[in-house]
Amino acid sequence: MSPFLAVIARDLRLARRQGTDIAMTLAFFVVVVALFPLGLGPTPELLARIAPAVLWVTALLAAMLSFDRLFQQDSEDGGLEQLALSGLPLSLLALAKAVAHWLTTGLPMLVLAPLLAVSLNLASDAYWTLVATLALGTPVVSLFGTVGAALVVGARRAGVLVALIVLPLLIPVLIFAVSAIEAASAGLTIRVHLLFLGAILAASIPLAPLAAGAALRQALD
Amino acid sequence: MTELSPAPGRLTATDIAVARGGRPVFAGLSLSLGPGEALRLAGPNGGGKSTVLRVIADLLTPLKGAVRWNGTATSEDPSAHSRRIAYLGHADALKSALTARENAETMLSVAGRNNGAALDRAFDLLDLQRLSDLPAGWLSAGQRRRVALARVVASGAPLWLLDEPTVGLDAASVSALERAIAGHRAAGGMVIAATHIALDLGPGDATLDPGAFSWTTDVFGEALV
Repeated sequence: MSPFLAVIARDLRLARRQGTDIAMTLAFFVVVVALFPLGLGPTPELLARIAPAVLWVTALLAAMLSFDRLFQQDSEDGGLEQLALSGLPLSLLALAKAVAHWLTTGLPMLVLAPLLAVSLNLASDAYWTLVATLALGTPVVSLFGTVGAALVVGARRAGVLVALIVLPLLIPVLIFAVSAIEAASAGLTIRVHLLFLGAILAASIPLAPLAAGAALRQALD
Repeated sequence: MTELSPAPGRLTATDIAVARGGRPVFAGLSLSLGPGEALRLAGPNGGGKSTVLRVIADLLTPLKGAVRWNGTATSEDPSAHSRRIAYLGHADALKSALTARENAETMLSVAGRNNGAALDRAFDLLDLQRLSDLPAGWLSAGQRRRVALARVVASGAPLWLLDEPTVGLDAASVSALERAIAGHRAAGGMVIAATHIALDLGPGDATLDPGAFSWTTDVFGEALV
């Protein structure tokens, strides 16, 4: 097994053993989305109107809870030094971490979101678009989160700091994703929005790991 | 004995100067280590022993000077340099949720060094077979240290960098470690150990005290008062 795949396998194995970490992130996602119909009362039109934004904003907030898993533990127990000395360049290490993070956070959210959308009365034409925006958008969330987590390795209150760094960077993803779902609900074309999301993802895959790798080097120094 | 890969070479560090957080640690430090040789880093706490190990591992970039392997600066190919090193930090790098054996295996396979037979021998040597299926979270501090040492012993890397390897170890484990070091050196391996207790690195070991290399000038070459 190549070192790159070995890092992913290691993180997946750790995530499986410490299953509560993932479960709590996903439970947060479910509970917060479920609060909206309860708080707004029986107003199906209003819920349908805000459903895209509620799903995406909640998904972003839930993801923020998961970023301290990326490097914080490894930095505290000495594992980060061992990973850095594995011979894998730090940027590829960051990419492997982002892939593992997406598999354990983005992918489960992708599966849960259509189920939650039912409770928000999302327009029936918009379900596939919701899944498509999450498929293109959540990998960007994981990649940007990796950069943020690498920047705050060793900082106090790192979880809050990551959210403050990463959330503003994700505004374009949020805008294009929500507009795509709204366009689909209104029966308009969604191609442009999805192309923008795809472009952001295509740019993030090479650039975010480079930035995260540079930040990790600083953290080790 | 585990076959060493890549082959041992000559490690040299010349005129290394390091500052951390703007504070000088040491300057003008040089060392040289060939196949089969061992170096003890001694001196008081805070003397810079761990810093020397981090510089040699390329985890820390010195302000001045360079670390070379067979005459080539290690910074030219950090990945190749990483593959020569088995590093034992002051933290054990164990995950409480994984068993002792899984901890060693996952880290070794990340480094592309997972070798079941070598790991079996290392676990035998450090008397860990009995503990191998227990979660690392259940182990005592000394047992955790032994698992971390087993990872180094099983790695097959030519250069061992050990930061206070004996912390928490009982007498039997210290002598097991000494046997491991002797075996590693006999196979041509190299060891640099930071320790302030009497750990026997074998015949012909040199001692270096980084604290003796204090800064006489500041980073701009101005003499310090």
